[in-house]
Amino acid sequence: MKLLTHNMLTSHVKGVTKGYPLLIKATEVKVSEVEFNPQFVSRMIPKLEWSALVQAAEEVGHLNDLPTELLPDYENNEEFLRKVHRVLLEVEVLEGSLRCPESGREFPISRGIPNMLLNEDEA
Amino acid sequence: MSALPLKNILTRPLLCPKVTLKAAQKWRTSNSSASVSQGYDVTSRTHVFVVRRAAASPQFSTSAGEILKVKMSSSCRRPEHMAPPEVFYNEAEAKKYSQNSRMIEIQSQMSERALELLSLPEGHPCFLLDVGCGSGLSGDHLTEEGHCWVGIDISTAMLDVALDREVEGDLVLGDMGQGMPFRPGTFDGCISISALQWLCNADKKTHSPPKRLYTFFSTLYSSLTRGARAVFQIYPENSEQLELITAQAMKAGFTGGMVVDYPNSTKAKKFFLCLFAGVSGVLPKGLDSDTADRGVPNQVQFSGQRSRFKNMKGKSVKKTRDWILEKKERRRRQGREVRADTKYTGRQRKPRF
Repeated sequence: MKLLTHNMLTSHVKGVTKGYPLLIKATEVKVSEVEFNPQFVSRMIPKLEWSALVQAAEEVGHLNDLPTELLPDYENNEEFLRKVHRVLLEVEVLEGSLRCPESGREFPISRGIPNMLLNEDEA
Repeated sequence: MSALPLKNILTRPLLCPKVTLKAAQKWRTSNSSASVSQGYDVTSRTHVFVVRRAAASPQFSTSAGEILKVKMSSSCRRPEHMAPPEVFYNEAEAKKYSQNSRMIEIQSQMSERALELLSLPEGHPCFLLDVGCGSGLSGDHLTEEGHCWVGIDISTAMLDVALDREVEGDLVLGDMGQGMPFRPGTFDGCISISALQWLCNADKKTHSPPKRLYTFFSTLYSSLTRGARAVFQIYPENSEQLELITAQAMKAGFTGGMVVDYPNSTKAKKFFLCLFAGVSGVLPKGLDSDTADRGVPNQVQFSGQRSRFKNMKGKSVKKTRDWILEKKERRRRQGREVRADTKYTGRQRKPRF
């Protein structure tokens, strides 16, 4: 699971109003090379929940001096975009779990796939 | 429906070998009315026409073998009738999606068409959702076009195949009917190849298809950006099913409708449900110097044209039938001798006159 996906994932357990951001407990993290596309990264930045991204990067231990505040005029700052790209698309959580901040429900991650299936009483 | 290529069905290979002659005869006697419906060929994942006819029909030979074959295609039910998706798409079924070249070809053709129907802005890499991504065949096409995608599927076996194929997109294990676990406004579009029809079945006692469809559509609607589209390739079983799906989609706020490709072809016919979230369209362009002269003028424009009938208050145009009738009436009032009004009064003469 990439941190981009994590930034978009919410808990959808019944009764949870704001199951976001999911807390990551990572036991295995992989960093793989992904082609850098500055256009895509700068398009995604406005959609991101910046504080959640910084928190997630910290939790998996790949903060890589990412600024805690979003820089103004990031479109032309390639160095910054590369940093964001690395955290968003190259860092992958392979094993671990996601925890809903509200209900405490754990969603296990195995082989990089978060299991978001709910039990019948939770749906 | 009577002009169907029946021969093609009769010569199709046996798909389910377990049907006995006895079962076929039983079926034959229990189906007295003739009907033709569309069926689904599991092995080729294509539609076949299933023919149910009375045994006495002269078009059918009474040989048991042929009737068996017809029965076969009807007994070979749609995959969603066999088992829930997480059970149906087991290792064996999932393997087909990485090895069967015909299946791969059909899947990629359909995803190509679905992406075309999404009509994303050109040259922009987009963030897309693939619902029922399975082994990621449809996602491969999205990657080729330069988009980033997240796939969601309920079958672990299919997702394992996707992992083995090393697809570019991110994968999530989830059930469509439980809703999409994503933040509002995440995706620029959504595609789904042959997945939506699975939601129309209640696989558990607690499942209610309309409710699950509504949960799916409403959460999908919120996870799309406004103006985004969602394209679903589906194999609808019948018109009621289509109605069920579209009704729930409309209830969730989507607009849009069905696109049917090659409606007159049995094999190539494909249904695409195209849904729009919010306003779909391009941003109108702001006015600049080229378009500025269309503003409201503050002076009345001078027109040199003379008005022709300005001084003819209440009078008919000369030489018209009304004018002639009026004139005759006036002369009658003056006591002159006037011919009676007939259908010939004021009528144009033929050109040859």
